[in-house]
Amino acid sequence: MARVIGGVGTTHVPAIGKAIAEGKQKDPYWKPFFSGFGAVHRWLAREQPDIVVVFSNDHGLNFFLDKLPTFAVGAANEYRNEDEGWGIPVSRAAKGDAALSWHIINGLVADSFDITMCQEMLIDHAVTIPLQLMWPNGDWPAIVPVAINTVQHPLPSMARCLELGRSVGRAIATFPQDLKVLVVGTGGLSHQLDGKRAGFINKDFDTLCMDQLSGDPESLTRYSIPQLVELAGAQGVEFLNWMAMRGALTGTVSELHRNYHVPISNTAAATVLYENRPRVLRRAA
Amino acid sequence: MRHHIEGTTLFDGDQAQKGYALNRMCFSFNSAENRAAFLKDEDAYCAKYGLSSEQRAAVKSRNVLNMIAAGGNVYYLAKLAGIFGLNVQDIGAQQTGMSVEAFKAKLAAAGR
Repeated sequence: MARVIGGVGTTHVPAIGKAIAEGKQKDPYWKPFFSGFGAVHRWLAREQPDIVVVFSNDHGLNFFLDKLPTFAVGAANEYRNEDEGWGIPVSRAAKGDAALSWHIINGLVADSFDITMCQEMLIDHAVTIPLQLMWPNGDWPAIVPVAINTVQHPLPSMARCLELGRSVGRAIATFPQDLKVLVVGTGGLSHQLDGKRAGFINKDFDTLCMDQLSGDPESLTRYSIPQLVELAGAQGVEFLNWMAMRGALTGTVSELHRNYHVPISNTAAATVLYENRPRVLRRAA
Repeated sequence: MRHHIEGTTLFDGDQAQKGYALNRMCFSFNSAENRAAFLKDEDAYCAKYGLSSEQRAAVKSRNVLNMIAAGGNVYYLAKLAGIFGLNVQDIGAQQTGMSVEAFKAKLAAAGR
């Protein structure tokens, strides 16, 4: 059976893609952010996940406002990146695993998540930058992308995204192939690009979110979407992707690593690494 | 019931409907060919996408707050800003009436 071995939460700011392309990882501006990935690299090298489920939001590459699904799951064997219009280099493609995608889709719909199924899906920087950060040599595993609308309100609630993740986690656990699965939530943390409040960052709220996410994600569901906009900034709502990632960790979760640095571009940049151990094995041990 | 957040416009159904033509034009800037066409003849390009007079004036003035008031969504507007080589610190500075240096300093101060 497949099992979820852990989760990663990471910022996906487009400027990171530029910094990688220009080799600026050790510049004083960038080092506090990139150095936060050493622990993630060591863990990935040890654990060797076979496949990555990525919860992220599209920024107007694959989806436009003409048809904008609340939740969409990729069901392809390859996902390409393309020109996003703001000058970051086009990333290499990611392989997919359509069989696992359809298994997750079946599980989600059986759990009353009426998602959109996509046999073609472009992945934008919200997927490619986290892959580049986690596997700097470009040798990343196959992915299943799950897109969550964080662009056009009404957005799904914190509770709904946590439940979406849980449903994905349950589906993975019943996939008959013996696979080690990593789940990733991208975006955030607090930031706001638009309006007179542009530049808003809330370190206290980010800290609270990270403190609660590993042990008590349920406690964060008390925040409504407008409250989340107010506390995390208009684009800080990307934390919904992190909630889904955390939901997919259905075992015993421990935080192995955390890095938080302000600012990267206009954003409070954060990286977390969670380990997910099966509950039953833990009791037996 | 609307939740008012100072200095923030929720991109909801009303905004999405109002801003559709502007955002659709900005979405087209994923293509280098379209970015070049915009630069070559901005009036014709805006006319092709049916921008309202408010949207056209906002684009012409390069004023991001006015583009948002006309229904623009920042993820799409960022593609327009990219044509002029402006990043999110540049547009943040413009919207807050600060110099880019002062805006960057404000961001850095938020981490302390």
